[in-house]
Amino acid sequence: MSERVSDETHPDPEPARVDHGVPVGRGVFLGTVVAGVSSLLWGKAAWDRVSGTVAPVAERLVPVLPSSGWRIYSVAAHLPTFDRATWRLSIGGHVDRPQTLDYAALLELPRVEQVSTFHCVTGWTVRNVRWAGVRINDVIGPAKPRAGAGALHFVSAEKPYDDYLTLQQAQLADVLLAYEMDGKPLSRGHGAPLRLVIPDMYGYKNVKWLERIDVVPRVHDGYWEALGYDRDAWVGHSNGYGA
Amino acid sequence: MSYVRRFSRTERLFHWVNAAFFFTLLVTGLVLYLPSLEVAFGRRTLVKDVHFWTGVSWPCALLLVALAGDRRGLRRTAADLDRFDRDDFRWLTGRHAPQGRFNAGQKLNATLTAALTVLFVVSGLLLWFGERDTRLRFASTVVLHDGLAFAAFALLLGHLYLALIHPATRHALRGITVGSVSEEWAHRHHGKWSPD
Repeated sequence: MSERVSDETHPDPEPARVDHGVPVGRGVFLGTVVAGVSSLLWGKAAWDRVSGTVAPVAERLVPVLPSSGWRIYSVAAHLPTFDRATWRLSIGGHVDRPQTLDYAALLELPRVEQVSTFHCVTGWTVRNVRWAGVRINDVIGPAKPRAGAGALHFVSAEKPYDDYLTLQQAQLADVLLAYEMDGKPLSRGHGAPLRLVIPDMYGYKNVKWLERIDVVPRVHDGYWEALGYDRDAWVGHSNGYGA
Repeated sequence: MSYVRRFSRTERLFHWVNAAFFFTLLVTGLVLYLPSLEVAFGRRTLVKDVHFWTGVSWPCALLLVALAGDRRGLRRTAADLDRFDRDDFRWLTGRHAPQGRFNAGQKLNATLTAALTVLFVVSGLLLWFGERDTRLRFASTVVLHDGLAFAAFALLLGHLYLALIHPATRHALRGITVGSVSEEWAHRHHGKWSPD
């Protein structure tokens, strides 16, 4: 208002007022930060909705991207290497007849296939993974577990990784010792040649690079449980998720 | 040929400290993120520690440069980056418009880079402490941290193209390395800027 008055009163106003602009940057900055922080509430749901469309395209463009959703997590300096000639799976502990299986013997056991979803406790999920392998009972049964056995101790070739399941948990219908993933022998990163698959529990219970299963009286803390994660790692109902 | 000063010593140090931290984080982050690198390199625990401590030191180092250097100059530059005038908006819509010391694209790039940095640090801390305390564990943290990496990588590619390859703009590299740019170039690309 006052400006216009002054313009009218001065016959020769300044030719051009300096345009100092408007402070847009701080708005863009704050907006981006707020949008990013708020995505902690909706990010995974949004990504789950679009990943089916985006991931295959991304995989085509940049094949090294973990587009299928898989991340490879490990705790040792190097991932174990699988040698078909020397690899053995031993079954021991509270049993009458300890067993040792080589890779050929493993493949001779009744083969089962299943499609299940894999959830990592850090938030990523891989849907519809095609597994093939053997049921735990077909591996443990011949070792004749003794009375008083209550749990299984899964020992990885990746030291010092291990974990436990109660016998009841290990009997769930879709618990599998998997040697194939998506139609191919398990790759090194995914735990070659044998890993545990328990879809109802987060990934850290799905021990990779299995080399030993011991029948034990009860569960103890495995590698991640000793670091504060839940023994019963039910997807959506443990480790701070769900009620 | 005569030169005019575009970036102070503090500004250049700020830029290169940021770049050094960002590249360290990018490389270690890729090893943690890409399955092929993880399988080939392993040592996840070590790489994770390096990534985390580099990430924590990143804002601290920038703060240190700012505090120990020419604070007033940095504030003036920040104010410059913050403000968009009519020519900036015209420039953003692809039309020709005289630009100041920074063009509107540079302003946006700096602003977004700053915002991404804050979000990187926040989500990175949440990932780290979420591993130790379930109250800080969110299923979306990893999605945010990965998304930021993709956004920052896209900005970086554009930045590197303009700074190293594009013939019209790559002279700007001189400004951020030795501090000065040719007066003629400054006049052509930043017509409204009057160097002091």
